[in-house]
Amino acid sequence: MAVATQDSAVRTGRATRFVLYTVLLVFALFYLLPLFIMLVNSVKPLGEITGGSMIALPQTWTFEPWAKAWSEAQVGVEATGLRPYFWNSIRMVVPAVLISTILGALNGYVLTKWTFRGATVLFGLMLFSCFIPFQIVLIPMARVLGEIGLAGTTTGLVLVHVVYGIGFSTLYFRNYYAAFPTELVRAAQIDGAGFFQIFWRIMLPSSGPIIVVCVIWQFTNIWNDFLFGASFASGSAAPMTVALNNLVQSSTGVKEYNVHFAGAIMAALPTLLVYIVAGRYFVRGLMAGSVKG
Amino acid sequence: MGFLDINNATKSYGSVQVLHEVDIEVEEGEFLVLVGPSGCGKSTLLNMIAGLEEISSGEIAIKGQVMNGVHPSKRNIAMVFQSYALYPNMTVGKNITFGLEMHGVEKSTRDAALGDVAKLLQIEQLLDRKPGQLSGGQRQRVAMGRALVRDPDVFLFDEPLSNLDAKLRVDMRTEIKKLHQKLGTTIVYVTHDQIEALTLSTRIAVMNGGYVQQLGTPKEIYDTPSNLFVASFMGSPSMNLIPVTVRVEGNAVYADTTTGDGSPAALAFAAPSEVLKSYDGKTITLGIRPEAITDPEGADRNSTHIQSVETMVEVTEPAGSDTFVTCTLGGQECIARMRADADVQPGQKMPFTINMEKAVPFDPETENRIA
Amino acid sequence: MAQSSVETDIHTSVQAPAEPDFKTRLQSWLPKLVLSPTVAMVLLFVYGFILFTIYVSFTDSRILPFVNAQGATSYDLIGLSNYEKLFRLSHWEIAITNLAIFASLYIIICCAIGLMLAIFLDQKIRGEGVLRPIYLYPMALSFIVTGTAWKWFLDPGIGLENTMHIWGWTSFKFDWIKNGDYAIYTLVMAAVWQSSGFVMAMFLAGLRGIDNEILKAAQMDGASNWQLYRRIIIPQLRPAFLSAFVILAHLAIKSYDLVVALTGGGPGRATELPATFMYSYTFTRNQMGIGAASAVIMLMTVAAIIVPYLYAELREKK
Repeated sequence: MAVATQDSAVRTGRATRFVLYTVLLVFALFYLLPLFIMLVNSVKPLGEITGGSMIALPQTWTFEPWAKAWSEAQVGVEATGLRPYFWNSIRMVVPAVLISTILGALNGYVLTKWTFRGATVLFGLMLFSCFIPFQIVLIPMARVLGEIGLAGTTTGLVLVHVVYGIGFSTLYFRNYYAAFPTELVRAAQIDGAGFFQIFWRIMLPSSGPIIVVCVIWQFTNIWNDFLFGASFASGSAAPMTVALNNLVQSSTGVKEYNVHFAGAIMAALPTLLVYIVAGRYFVRGLMAGSVKG
Repeated sequence: MGFLDINNATKSYGSVQVLHEVDIEVEEGEFLVLVGPSGCGKSTLLNMIAGLEEISSGEIAIKGQVMNGVHPSKRNIAMVFQSYALYPNMTVGKNITFGLEMHGVEKSTRDAALGDVAKLLQIEQLLDRKPGQLSGGQRQRVAMGRALVRDPDVFLFDEPLSNLDAKLRVDMRTEIKKLHQKLGTTIVYVTHDQIEALTLSTRIAVMNGGYVQQLGTPKEIYDTPSNLFVASFMGSPSMNLIPVTVRVEGNAVYADTTTGDGSPAALAFAAPSEVLKSYDGKTITLGIRPEAITDPEGADRNSTHIQSVETMVEVTEPAGSDTFVTCTLGGQECIARMRADADVQPGQKMPFTINMEKAVPFDPETENRIA
Repeated sequence: MAQSSVETDIHTSVQAPAEPDFKTRLQSWLPKLVLSPTVAMVLLFVYGFILFTIYVSFTDSRILPFVNAQGATSYDLIGLSNYEKLFRLSHWEIAITNLAIFASLYIIICCAIGLMLAIFLDQKIRGEGVLRPIYLYPMALSFIVTGTAWKWFLDPGIGLENTMHIWGWTSFKFDWIKNGDYAIYTLVMAAVWQSSGFVMAMFLAGLRGIDNEILKAAQMDGASNWQLYRRIIIPQLRPAFLSAFVILAHLAIKSYDLVVALTGGGPGRATELPATFMYSYTFTRNQMGIGAASAVIMLMTVAAIIVPYLYAELREKK
């Protein structure tokens, strides 16, 4: 995003500025509230939630809900906690992000530096695939995954996320490489470098920022996905989001709100961490995905 | 057969033809400049020589080998780009030797070649830097180094000076000319700057609308432009184009026109051709370079055809070395180039002397020079 | 500039025949070769599957793999009757009515809050660097997480209402999430919480892109701050509004996770949306033909918004 320091032409008076800051702070509280509630209530004994205020700080601090959510809670049929599902998500997200980013980079390279007749149409087709409601592919996908023996597996989910993630990764790299001087590619051609040599020696070393943007976007999207996980891997191969939902929605026994909140934070932690570490790139990805060019 | 042969080369995108039958023979050691306004096809032609764009029809040959369909890296050419196209992630040294590496040249040989080039261009102290740390002029040198190190048959320059500031541009221009004189290499150079074309080249191809308008030495192009486009494109300020009426009187041919206040004036042609005589009574366009219109003291003493016209000084623009004076001839604004110390004042009526040896007649219909 | 080995190396290649050699031809095919797996995947998994789903919507299939009402592994083409049935279902009618309410409120409120925050933040605010990430972080969270947090916070038994009672405001009542008439608005609330920061970022980028000299010129002309924004600045944010609308609209149509986590479609069917309708008819009610028909309607709605937008964007680039 643009740097804050700019010589703004708009001048505001004292009273106006007071109102400005008040409104901005109130909204900051509004955005922070759910996170605060999750954090505070995940370290409270259950009794303090049911018997007290949700906004109050805990009187007794306890990390038991975290331990319980991680390794004991009843998720689905077995009391395994969220741990195995967390690892499911990791096993799903790492290969899916890597493959879709690599393919996206190559596609972007071809679509900008080796264009051919119909390239724009192909790109348009890829781009549209980012926006389709995925309900339209659930039925045939379920069938195809069943037939190739990948139904209910993490590998199946990796395939699904690569297929439907590639449009965005191609979009990122295409827009980035479009601004990359074509003269460099021509110079390298005259120097005798081939297709892959140019990609490897010239393009990739300058692609750092967009790789970060793409990896973050894909990671966030794939980690947070629920629809595909719920549709194609609901059993022991379920990803974290599906497991969390099962935990929260389970109708048996006492509702352990503190455990739910601890679980929710666990599900949010990886993407939140990425956001804190590389928020700048996350925002750039969001913008690139919406305001193209 | 020349060193670099362009035989009836054309380029079309779909049904749009952007380059029409270009025919140029370049001798070894020549410095050919392709000059023209943007979109005239000069860069397309250069890219076709480089192999970066396909040739739609015709042939391009280097040293007798037809190059159609040959990969750019196998044509033994080198190119200097407008943006310099230095690889941002590599050091200057790597940038220069990348092409040799791609051609499988030994490291020791590469280093030796790098040393030679760096010395020639005086960039030895920059070899470990990245392009981002260099000034515009330094980048320009590195880009030339990358071309030189390959020892190619033909050097291609694509507007290499247009990203430099005015002073540096003049310096680098001299430097390129020196290098060419020293190394005797064959160069094809694209620019939109007519001064660059005139100063650097041994021959110029003036291009417009996908056609080569005129191919010739800088002197030919400047003194005898073959049509109105070349006349007005080359030279700054550009050639004055005055409507005149041809009048034949025996062996003498006059150009009848008017001065600023509408009074008639007649200019005798220096060496009228028979063709020009056939225009008797018709209106033609007379091209006169600004430096061929002066005050009487500044007139060329070697010329035998100095004509004088009395008209009014409208605007004077002192430019340091010269003073440009605007007057009206034939209802057209005319610019005269006078000595810096010429004593002229706006509003003053004075004699303007015209060197008719340098005047070029054009047919306003065909826009071609009347030979 | 003489390096003997370079010369020999290059001269051998010059004497090679002028016909394109194998390597050159391979190089010219490589780009398309590299692109082809993606093209194949997209054509099969996206466009092939879309056609397949459209086909299924014309059949009387009930569950995978293609079992009809009689339990035989066969199916019949029944034309448009799934669509006719679909539009007669009150369940579907509720879903699209809910979508209309949800989408319009979601878009309007997100844009209003986003624009306001962006304008406020653009007044050389101290601490902008802290506020911006706070407004935006919800976008990084899964809807399931968001849903869980809001579900319990809005629960009258333990959440906000309970807290207010404890603080002494005993008459306070906020049970929308349990109330069929109001539950849809809790969905809007959680969704706005998640996306409005993102809209703010888009508007802020738009504001920062406006030429400051225009603003100074307008002030010279005597425009007040209010006039400046209304007449000069906000009209220039049109592209940002358009992008925000397209993104939010397609997110609204696709909304599934949030409903599942927050209300599960309830109470009753009060928060059912087309996405949840499609899922339950296809996978739990064994009405795959109708499920497919609803998916086709969803696709067509998204396409009606996205296709003109993408078309304009891609054309501009040329």
